[in-house]
Amino acid sequence: MAAPQAATPQTTVPVLEVEDLRTVFLTDAGPVHAVDGVSFSLGPGETLGIVGESGSGKSVTALSLLRLLQEPARIVGGSIRFQGREVLAMSPRELRDWRGDRAAMVFQDPMTGLNPVKRILGQVTEHIVSHGRMPPKPARRRGIELLRRMGVAAPERAAAAFPHEFSGGMRQRVMMAIGLANDPALLIADEPTTALDVTIQAQILDLLRGLNQEFGTAIVLISHDLGVIGSVCRRVAVMYAGEVVEEAPTADVLEDPRHPYAWALVNAVPRLEAPAGARLTAIEGTPPDPLNPLPGCRFAPRCPFRIARCDTEHPPLMEVAPGRRARCWVTADGRSLPRPTVPATAERRAPATGEAPLLQATGLEKKFVLPRKSLFAQPAMVHAVNGVDLVLRRGESLGVVGESGCGKSTLARLLTRLHAPTAGRITFEGQDITTATPAALRSLRPRLQMVFQDPYASLNPRMTVGQILAEPLLAHRRAPSRAAAAERVASLLDTVGLKPAFATRFPHEFSGGQRQRISIARALALEPAVVVADEPVSALDVNVQAQVLNLMLSLRERLGLSYLFIAHDLAVVRAFCDRVAVMYLGRIVEEGPADEVITRPLHPYTVALTSAIPEPGRQRVLLGGEPPSTLRLPQGCAFRARCPVAQDVCATLPPLAEVAPGHRLACHFPGALAPLPRQERLP
Amino acid sequence: MSATTATSLPRATPRWRRRLRRYGPAWFGGGIVLAWILIALLAPWISPYQPNAVDVTARLQPPSATHWMGTDTLGRDVFSRLLHGARLSLAAGFSVVILGALIGTAIGTIAAWARGWWDEGLMRLTDLVLCFPPIILALAIAAALGIGPLNTVLAMLVVWWPKFARLGRALALVQRSQEYVEAATVLGLKPRRILLRHIMPNTLGPLAVLITLDLGNAILTFAGLSFLGLGVIPPMAEWGSMVAEGRELVEQWWVAAFPGLAILTVVVGFNFCGDGLRDWLDPKGRTQ
Repeated sequence: MAAPQAATPQTTVPVLEVEDLRTVFLTDAGPVHAVDGVSFSLGPGETLGIVGESGSGKSVTALSLLRLLQEPARIVGGSIRFQGREVLAMSPRELRDWRGDRAAMVFQDPMTGLNPVKRILGQVTEHIVSHGRMPPKPARRRGIELLRRMGVAAPERAAAAFPHEFSGGMRQRVMMAIGLANDPALLIADEPTTALDVTIQAQILDLLRGLNQEFGTAIVLISHDLGVIGSVCRRVAVMYAGEVVEEAPTADVLEDPRHPYAWALVNAVPRLEAPAGARLTAIEGTPPDPLNPLPGCRFAPRCPFRIARCDTEHPPLMEVAPGRRARCWVTADGRSLPRPTVPATAERRAPATGEAPLLQATGLEKKFVLPRKSLFAQPAMVHAVNGVDLVLRRGESLGVVGESGCGKSTLARLLTRLHAPTAGRITFEGQDITTATPAALRSLRPRLQMVFQDPYASLNPRMTVGQILAEPLLAHRRAPSRAAAAERVASLLDTVGLKPAFATRFPHEFSGGQRQRISIARALALEPAVVVADEPVSALDVNVQAQVLNLMLSLRERLGLSYLFIAHDLAVVRAFCDRVAVMYLGRIVEEGPADEVITRPLHPYTVALTSAIPEPGRQRVLLGGEPPSTLRLPQGCAFRARCPVAQDVCATLPPLAEVAPGHRLACHFPGALAPLPRQERLP
Repeated sequence: MSATTATSLPRATPRWRRRLRRYGPAWFGGGIVLAWILIALLAPWISPYQPNAVDVTARLQPPSATHWMGTDTLGRDVFSRLLHGARLSLAAGFSVVILGALIGTAIGTIAAWARGWWDEGLMRLTDLVLCFPPIILALAIAAALGIGPLNTVLAMLVVWWPKFARLGRALALVQRSQEYVEAATVLGLKPRRILLRHIMPNTLGPLAVLITLDLGNAILTFAGLSFLGLGVIPPMAEWGSMVAEGRELVEQWWVAAFPGLAILTVVVGFNFCGDGLRDWLDPKGRTQ
């Protein structure tokens, strides 16, 4: 990936100058300082990223910039100057004229950002016409041109479509066409790729970068992912507890962060080139209570580099190096923070290859029948899983990776028999459970557990944590009495790093990461042999993700668990799994040792997936298009339509054949698409 | 430019005022409902006359100090009959709605959980009942069963459960696909336990709203059936039949107007209550 280059900043008025911006939420408990003295400036054609975990105030900052906040949020101080004009002094009318004309915003959720009852083109041209830029007719021509520029395939046809006919990536392109319709000087993008798959994310980020270079639009990009920001933005502001704690060129922050929180963010992300199985660097604790700001540094309680001064004196944003500012007493004299020491990991026990596999699937298929459209129509089928063979041995963790819709979650639910397979066989501990009755399954279930993706939906909101954890124990008579169950609950909570006293609380009193720990504790309650984890960390902030992954790693060592780990993030899988299976459209296309598959991928799709990870220095193999529909399976190799090296022979289905010991591949041209070499960063 | 330096923060709208704006009508409605329930319970002790005491010398007296709401054609005190009538109206309303909700949600939840043929069968049965105009169907059933409060309640139950079956099924279907229900299955819990501990408690909120909103409706329907001569056997006091008795008395407006007002206040009270409950249960609008 090329280092982002902005159009040369001219020495004119900055597009955006924010000074000491303060936004509070007026709540009954008192004012919450969501944005607390944020300042930055953005020249024409410059790019600035704002990064931070959820609750750090980054989205509220974005909304404040366009004055899109509603009660009980209020901007109580500071100034926002747009090309010299004070935004905070604009009348509602001026504000309307300015928004969508000179400054535009792209939101996170492309599914709700578009009006479902209006055609695409109408939504794009609406702003052009209403701001008096053009009469309707030329506006339509410009609208189609914009859609083409945003990479919407067949824009003339797409123009007449409705939003529901579009995929998430396509909708985000339409959102960007709307945002850029009037050639704004400033585009604010709030997590524009968070809801998208990695290969689609790579396309959208490339588009953003191109727009900045071509039109000179200044961009403020909000994200929780430093990698995403690094691939678009030259500068980055790291936010923590409503404040900017570090502001510097993105490359410098990634290389040598000067604020401990930035340091934690950079190091919590699993990297592809990190040694396999290494623990991630996670900082403990949670963000401070926004109602009672600390007298000293807000990060001090969690900071591994804390000194005495941090607890008493609030650090200002100081220049620590030319063009770099940080809010930290430790690095105030210009020193760097040390690299994290990689904690030693216990030598992994080699999976028991000789033993019979614990969990095995052969030729597994699942089709979902959709409701008939009319009485006489053939019912349509979703081909979710189309012939999967896999084996999980004792003590092993197998990662299953793929984009949304590839059938990985369905696979997880088939293996745990939440769904019944349409065809194929599943055996667990030597027993065939393909058609086992619910009653027969109930006695096996304790050995085969599952952790779910959404920490907010996987715990019954009306039960206390104690009840949630005790329920399986009592139902399976693992505890002779309620008192014994309570004791076991306390030890379970302790195992996952929570206080035993939490047993009396309800799920809504916990953060996402804590809930996921509860979920894991519940899965462990019955002492399972296999835990199927369906995207257990994808809804969490990077630091919490690192905490949960570390917990799962240590549980595996202590309890000898086997994991089937479903994920969309290859780097996470690399950090966590011994073996990895890459799925595309309901089939495994490549499977092998995690190291080998990820560092030397052979299937073109795996190559594209690894290259799409937003990491500095990585060159992308851009995939055009999107995965085909699961309603009708394509003939031959499912990846053919998007594959850069596909030939005629790909119209026949390549078998999943062993190319090296333990490395299986379904491709007619193994290794034909080589990963691009890493690009050295220019000093 | 007025770069306002934040010395003192602006105050949020006081909590009590926001609460009042939001829940004022609900408290008002709750007050009416509570008052009527108290009246119904205490009717024998607070009413000045026996409800069925006939006094031919004092027929069709206008409201006065001795008869606060006047008297009817048989010289019975309208105020006393009104207070006693509240007992029957409220009892009938509550029993129809509570029993209807129990039967309906049980059927709906079973349909949603079992799916397949059970679902088809139970839901088509529901559709079948919903096909008929409810009042007419209840009227026909009540007429077949015979006049009397118990029969009328039974007749209303027959037309009442389907809406709860529909709602119960929809709520259970939503719960079924929740991850915590999947988690319960993976933990190897028995279906009965999953239904009772995980699915049912989480459907209670919306059900409570429908039940409250529906109480007014049930009382109104019961009064309607009584008005048509089905609900009660004379001389028992009931609001609907009291309105019916005053129907042709244009000069003596008080005979029909006061029981009518009573029905109005109860229905409005329950509706305000239900609206408030719905707002309170809606997490999106809830201000912490």
